[in-house]
Amino acid sequence: MTPVQATSFHHNLPHSEPGDVKISVRGLNFWYSDFNALTGISVEIRKKAVTAFIGPSGCGKSTFLRCMNRMNDLIPGTRVEGTMLLDGADIYGQGVDPVDLRRRVGMIFQQPNPFPQSIYDNVAYGPRLQGVKKKSDLDGLVEESLKRANLWKEVKDILGRGGLTLSGGQQQRLCIARVLAVEPEVLLMDEPCSAIDPTSVQKIEDLMAELKDTVTIVIVTHNMQQAARVSDYTAFFLQELAGEPAAMVEFGRTSDIFTSPTDKRTEDYITGRFG
Amino acid sequence: MSVQNPAASKSELTLVSRETQVKEWLLAALFFSCAFVAVLGVALIFAFVGWKAWPILGEVGFGDFLFGTVWAPSDGSFGILALIQGSFVVTLGALALGTPLAVGTAVFLSEIATPRIRSFVRPAVELLAGIPSVVYGFFGVVLLRPLIGELTGSVGFGPLTAWIVLAIMIVPTIAALSEDALRSIPMGIREASYAMGATQWQTIYKVVVPAAKIGIIDAIILGMGRAIGETMAVLMLVGNAPQFFAGVGEPVSTLTSQIVMDMGYSTGTHRTALFGMAAILFVISMALVLMVRLLSRLRD
Repeated sequence: MTPVQATSFHHNLPHSEPGDVKISVRGLNFWYSDFNALTGISVEIRKKAVTAFIGPSGCGKSTFLRCMNRMNDLIPGTRVEGTMLLDGADIYGQGVDPVDLRRRVGMIFQQPNPFPQSIYDNVAYGPRLQGVKKKSDLDGLVEESLKRANLWKEVKDILGRGGLTLSGGQQQRLCIARVLAVEPEVLLMDEPCSAIDPTSVQKIEDLMAELKDTVTIVIVTHNMQQAARVSDYTAFFLQELAGEPAAMVEFGRTSDIFTSPTDKRTEDYITGRFG
Repeated sequence: MSVQNPAASKSELTLVSRETQVKEWLLAALFFSCAFVAVLGVALIFAFVGWKAWPILGEVGFGDFLFGTVWAPSDGSFGILALIQGSFVVTLGALALGTPLAVGTAVFLSEIATPRIRSFVRPAVELLAGIPSVVYGFFGVVLLRPLIGELTGSVGFGPLTAWIVLAIMIVPTIAALSEDALRSIPMGIREASYAMGATQWQTIYKVVVPAAKIGIIDAIILGMGRAIGETMAVLMLVGNAPQFFAGVGEPVSTLTSQIVMDMGYSTGTHRTALFGMAAILFVISMALVLMVRLLSRLRD
């Protein structure tokens, strides 16, 4: 069996206008040193939408997500082939500054990771990096970002308290506020809800629905119900044999993927036959 | 236990054997004694030094001893203020030189070096701790002293020479402990910073080092303890003139070096004064250890 198979684009995925696409990926291969982890990935991430990556553990969905803000650059020996365009410009083009890219493509991690600093300083971190110094400007940005992350009401009187004193779910929303303060165009979320309690999951899912008008969201999730609830588009990743590269099996509108997948493997996964 | 079932009343579980109980007790006692010997050692030294130093309060007086400006035992003058100052001048200067070097080393090892480079830089730094202090002193006398003598227009025995050598001596202590503090910072925090468009340098000095701040301060305080207690290298380099600091090339003396110098021939009040100095050193060390303990409580 060859795991390398062309992605089947869904039959009724609407033809995209160039202006609709935020990130466009063509024929992407990814290596950890000698290990070919991803092969032949092609996908278009739409603006003003939530795109979910689903698939079993180890299927490369997080790896692919981390290609989008070049976080994999931090791991020695990694290599990317193919093209990945952000608004038409090659993310991996020669001389492209990954630091600047990451300001435009923010990321939320599985484990909430606030800095061991005050709530205020956490949110002000990004703006300060960009040279915002005036107290009133920072105050405004901090308040606005916390409001966008639906955390303001809970923390407005305790901004000086340590970010790590918050609950897990609040910490994750603090991390979202911290990223939003940089005003990214794209928000990558790597299983953002898998380490927090169900009530907080609800809040973060609501938040994604609110944010998608201003930020393009890509979420990796293990939870298919979550993908079905929050996303507009879904991509299914699969590594069929251990040691072989993973590939994207199917991509389409979430409603189509979950009701009438074209690929047998997608159907098997969604109906819980494996994974 | 079920009432209805008569078989259940007879326990099927094995009882702890007498032998196991005794063995456990003996082991606990053994480890307790090990720990107790260490505590006993500290207590005995403390008691002995205190007992021997006590008469100084009557013979010289607390104020004249601690704040007296002239150390001239042959004239019956036992003021150790210049020696205390000497100890602090030498220690703080060495810290000022050694801390940036050590923290820089720690940052390099923890944040920048590849595993391969780290695998030989770290042992090399640790090796510094294994060099006997008399060798450091010798190195300072032979290599550094002439250079510094020329630079300062003196013989070259004095604080500057001691600072440089002592700075190198405290690097392994501060570097190793600071590196531990830096490495204990979760990777996720670094990733979060990078993912927001921070450079490596911004991540290090705005996130990682502040997060490890208390551990690094701990390391510096322990380095200070190491420096203030250092005797042999200091003795060989400071010039051993019990006078106040008058310039980086002018000889001074410290509590430790003066104790060694006078130990062999001192008698009577002179001897008691040396114990008094030892007691002062003891108090300073205790204060430093207490500071570290307080800080680590702050961290938790």
